[in-house]
Amino acid sequence: MRLSSVLAGAAIAAATALPALAGTLDDVKQRGVVHCGNPPNIPGYAFTDDKGERRGFDVDTCKALAAAIFGDATKIKLTAVGPRDALATLATGGVDILTHRMTWTFNRDNGGGIEFVMPLFYDGQGFMVRKSANIKSATQLNGASICAAQGTTTELNIADWFRSKNLRYSIVTFAEPDEARGAYESGRCDSWTNDLGSLAARGLGLKNRDEHIILPETISKEPIGPVVRQGDSQWMHVARWTFNALIAAEELGITQANVDEMKAKSENPEIKRLLGVGDDLGQKLGLKADWAYQAIKAVGNYGEMFDRHLGPNTRLGLSRGLNGLWTNGGLMIAPPFR
Amino acid sequence: MWRDPRARSYLLQGLFAAAILAVIAFIAWNTAANLARYNIRVGFQFLDRPAGFDILQRLIPYSEASTYGRAFLVAILNTVVLSAVGIVFATVLGFLIGLARLSSNWLVSRLAAVYIETLRNIPLLLQIFFWYFAILRPLPGPRQSLALPGDIFLNNRGLYLPAPVFEPGSGFVAIALIAAIAAAMAIYAWANRRQAATGQRPAAGRMALGLLIGLPFLAAVATGGPMSWDRPTLAGFNFQGGVVVIPEFVAMAVALSTYSAAFIAEVVRGGVLSVQQGQIEAARAIGLRPISIYRLVVIPQALRAIVPPLTSQYLNLTKNSSLAAAIAYPDLMHVFAGTALNQTGQPFEVMALTMGVYLGISLAISWLMNWYNRRVALRERTP
Repeated sequence: MRLSSVLAGAAIAAATALPALAGTLDDVKQRGVVHCGNPPNIPGYAFTDDKGERRGFDVDTCKALAAAIFGDATKIKLTAVGPRDALATLATGGVDILTHRMTWTFNRDNGGGIEFVMPLFYDGQGFMVRKSANIKSATQLNGASICAAQGTTTELNIADWFRSKNLRYSIVTFAEPDEARGAYESGRCDSWTNDLGSLAARGLGLKNRDEHIILPETISKEPIGPVVRQGDSQWMHVARWTFNALIAAEELGITQANVDEMKAKSENPEIKRLLGVGDDLGQKLGLKADWAYQAIKAVGNYGEMFDRHLGPNTRLGLSRGLNGLWTNGGLMIAPPFR
Repeated sequence: MWRDPRARSYLLQGLFAAAILAVIAFIAWNTAANLARYNIRVGFQFLDRPAGFDILQRLIPYSEASTYGRAFLVAILNTVVLSAVGIVFATVLGFLIGLARLSSNWLVSRLAAVYIETLRNIPLLLQIFFWYFAILRPLPGPRQSLALPGDIFLNNRGLYLPAPVFEPGSGFVAIALIAAIAAAMAIYAWANRRQAATGQRPAAGRMALGLLIGLPFLAAVATGGPMSWDRPTLAGFNFQGGVVVIPEFVAMAVALSTYSAAFIAEVVRGGVLSVQQGQIEAARAIGLRPISIYRLVVIPQALRAIVPPLTSQYLNLTKNSSLAAAIAYPDLMHVFAGTALNQTGQPFEVMALTMGVYLGISLAISWLMNWYNRRVALRERTP
């Protein structure tokens, strides 16, 4: 009896240890929900509102994908993962896609079993200091102690930048970004570093935000975007073209409010192709003909998604900057839907 | 053959062993197949690549250009030092509180009981945060540091001490120190023999002390004082120079020590209570003072019952040190299984190495404690 139970155990281990890999789209369709990984708590990007709902830029990205696949933005399952475990969780099948604050870097893109879809948010790393320290530029931070979050590109960028400017520093890294902010606030460090978007978002948690300023230097480029597993080309294309559709919508003037009208009445050929009128682009992706229409209807175009959570009218108050359309001096451009 | 019990048992054990090997082989094959399918890079070559990040506390030279392998060593040293300091203080504090708990003074034993119950039942992570912010809050910033005599400065970036700089010639002083220690041990052995033979104990303590101070001092004078001090000085934001004890280390050490001391106190109490009451009564009957009763009769016998659970507490302390990432103390878990793991994107190798190190440290502690356990074990009287 011992032998048979051992064999049964081995069989169960075999059955559960081999998740289907190639064919994430099929898995998602079969499961009925898109499983996304989000940051645990960053105001504006992924947070829980006072009704207990998860909201934010990264949550909307997931909703757009679900709308494109199912026509229903509620068919999502959100999992909060910290930056330390996010890539490993994705690589081993824990989530289908990471809509997170991960920077696209060479080392992450190659050899880790994951690959980046496209940048959806161009950011850069900056420093926050106390106004009372009378510092006007990051080059004055020689010998400073700096609080940072662990395992992100922040540590590497700091090392590179300070070395290039021949300045000394000492770095205090915490497991959670909010702990880094807390230690900076208590005076443990002279400066707090993170992506400018995160400084703006997490900086809202400081007791006296007015006592702190963000220095003008941006010491790195941080192209942030969604991440999928390597080797699943179809899933990568579904994600990439869904997000491109949102950017194209803003280029073409399609908004959440007028998308129905555009679909019914527009004579612009590109709008008609995008929204699935008279042409079925979704077929090549394995999606329905109105995939882009559903995504835009669910979250709006890229600009609306940005303004809703991160824009000048929100608590974060970020300007579009590099995240504006290419026609406005930004970097957001969608390949033609042709 | 089925009828012979021995042959049957061999056969069954052989089949069972084969099944276990099959399961292990299957798991290994499955892992390798999945690693290849997920396109995850395998291999330990990353240990030779430059790490690119800095570490807050390093006991051996390290810079951002150092390799991941070096970062691994730095992290291991940080963990070992924290665990060693934690174990020492936890043991001392634990013994004191355990004996206090047994005191006949009602207030003392109640206070000890409150200490034990409080610290045992609050999660360690919360206690670590408490000590970190409790230590940071009252300390001043660098510009308003507490200046202590001897060029020692205390602020919320750390305790800054002058560091000794060893110049050529200090090797002689080191040799003299080692010779003095050896001579001191010989003196103690000689004093024990004299005491056993004649009942009189020569002043071994004073002689050893004289040697330990005198010999290195003579060597230092002979070579012209081959040591200078690197004093910490305030330069811009922080102090430069000297050696610094970071508040993260102090907070971790205090949290780990006080937490484990609560458990060790109960272990000590159990061990002392296990000593037969007759021993204590006999010791009192021959006129020993209470302190001598504890030192000569109770503790040596209690150690037999204390040492095995004490080993467990030491292992727990070592493993609990991995919580250091919460307050930025750069231990093995934080630096290697945190930063390096995320940056190399190779979780399997990194976690395997990390688990191997913790296993090695724990086995070393167990081995040492088991050796000590054998020494204090009750030796049966040989007829």
